[in-house]
Amino acid sequence: MSELIHLSAVRRRRDMLMRGLLAAATALAVLPLALILYLLLKKGLGAWGASFFTTDPNGNFLGDPGGIKSAILGTLEIVGLATVIAVPLGIAVALYLVEIGRQGRFAGAVRYFVDVMTGVPSVVFGLFVYITLVLTGVGGGFAGWKGSVALGLLMLPIVTRSAEVVLLLVPDSLREAAIALGAPRWRVALRVVLPTALPGLVTGSLLAIARGAGETAPLLFTAAIVQGTSFNLGQRMNSLPAQIFNDVGQAQDRLVARAWGAALTLVLMILVLTLTARLAARRSRLA
Amino acid sequence: MTEVATKAKRVTLGGLNAYYGDSHAVKGVDLEFAPNQVTAIIGPSGCGKSTLVRCVNRMHEELPGARATGSVRLDELDVYGPSIDVVSVRRTIGMVFQRPNPFPTMSIFDNVAAGLRLTGTRGVKLRERVERSLIGAGLWEEVKDRLDAPGISLSGGQQQRLCIARTLAVEPEVILMDEPASALDPIATLRIEELVEELKQRYTIVIVTHNMQQAARVADKTAFMLSGELVEIDSTERIFTTPSDSRTEEYVTGKFG
Repeated sequence: MSELIHLSAVRRRRDMLMRGLLAAATALAVLPLALILYLLLKKGLGAWGASFFTTDPNGNFLGDPGGIKSAILGTLEIVGLATVIAVPLGIAVALYLVEIGRQGRFAGAVRYFVDVMTGVPSVVFGLFVYITLVLTGVGGGFAGWKGSVALGLLMLPIVTRSAEVVLLLVPDSLREAAIALGAPRWRVALRVVLPTALPGLVTGSLLAIARGAGETAPLLFTAAIVQGTSFNLGQRMNSLPAQIFNDVGQAQDRLVARAWGAALTLVLMILVLTLTARLAARRSRLA
Repeated sequence: MTEVATKAKRVTLGGLNAYYGDSHAVKGVDLEFAPNQVTAIIGPSGCGKSTLVRCVNRMHEELPGARATGSVRLDELDVYGPSIDVVSVRRTIGMVFQRPNPFPTMSIFDNVAAGLRLTGTRGVKLRERVERSLIGAGLWEEVKDRLDAPGISLSGGQQQRLCIARTLAVEPEVILMDEPASALDPIATLRIEELVEELKQRYTIVIVTHNMQQAARVADKTAFMLSGELVEIDSTERIFTTPSDSRTEEYVTGKFG
């Protein structure tokens, strides 16, 4: 009935052609990425030096323009506070959607708006905070914490979406086991569902943080751009994206070089964060 | 309070109906599970036997669209009564599931203690209760030196006994087992069956099984269900030798199902 047939020359050629096309498409997609990294390393490493990370931008028209200390610390502070706002809230919303709201109408509406929020351009969050918190002068004008609010709003839907997916992955058999033991639903959520989903929640949150750390627009309207290092989130605060934005528009090569150095720093910070997220995810799979 | 055989309670189902949305899964069942006895429920797939036991500890209503009517009395108390806290029902009526489902983030010790912690029980000597539960589930000798190991590091059969220990730790009066050995190999199945035999000294036990030999080995009484209805319940011996309903005879002799 069945006979073995030699692969025809036509089919072999067609196979080769398609493989070639796909490989070419992949190369085309990866090329810009490689170019960006190459340029970042080439231009950014040149700006790096001992004082690059330990001094603030000084605004001197001549001589050493200073480093990016205030920008690094500012980014850490602003993103740190944004994380404290967005991660617990985002996970709480996801917990509501998965454990309580489920397929209900309200949960559906929340899910829809979370999706919409994911697609809102970051500049809109900046404008929103600018209008509601900066222009109204709540606690002064521009401030680091207002930048955190803008970033937090931006990160919230990302955290919620990723957390919801992870919480849905927790097998129902575990919830059932806990409920059959006589556990109330809230204890099941806190003591069984959350710990089981923890590695995935960490990964999702870290990715949201990485996304927030790279945003420029929300910070320009809210935390502003300054030179000095500040540890007071109630004051104007520098940040890496804002510093890059500022420097790259200057007419002096040494400032543009500083922008490249800052860009490389930002990319490396986010890379470390992403790698940590990947490692955390992998370890959980092995456990 | 001393723990003696009298702790087990009689479970009486009266006109029990269960629904999934529009589908009527259990149809007006009257049934009694006697204390210190093992009652097996047999029947083909989809006959409503799992649904029936899930109604006893009110787990059925946890599923979206599922509801139950009728009464389930624990001695005299109706667990579907209006003033009953559903959470307390589940503490009193323990359940063991088809697939072993230890909590993956918890150690062996924590898995057994989970029931107490999840129910917020205080004033219990945890270590003592965990040891007693593991002994009760016949697992103590195998795990006493590695209580801190993850619960999911155990074999399937051990995991199922861990789940039984977890159920015992909250000191229920009735234990429902929903095909507790169907995911296990024959040796592990035998261990579970021996355990059921021991546990009936202290509890009322209901075991759902699609394995007729298992029912014949462990059960004092056997109920046969078909299409959501109870066909008959009798001593296990009579069900398997001289059942009064011809459908039961056809099922136990392997003519269908």
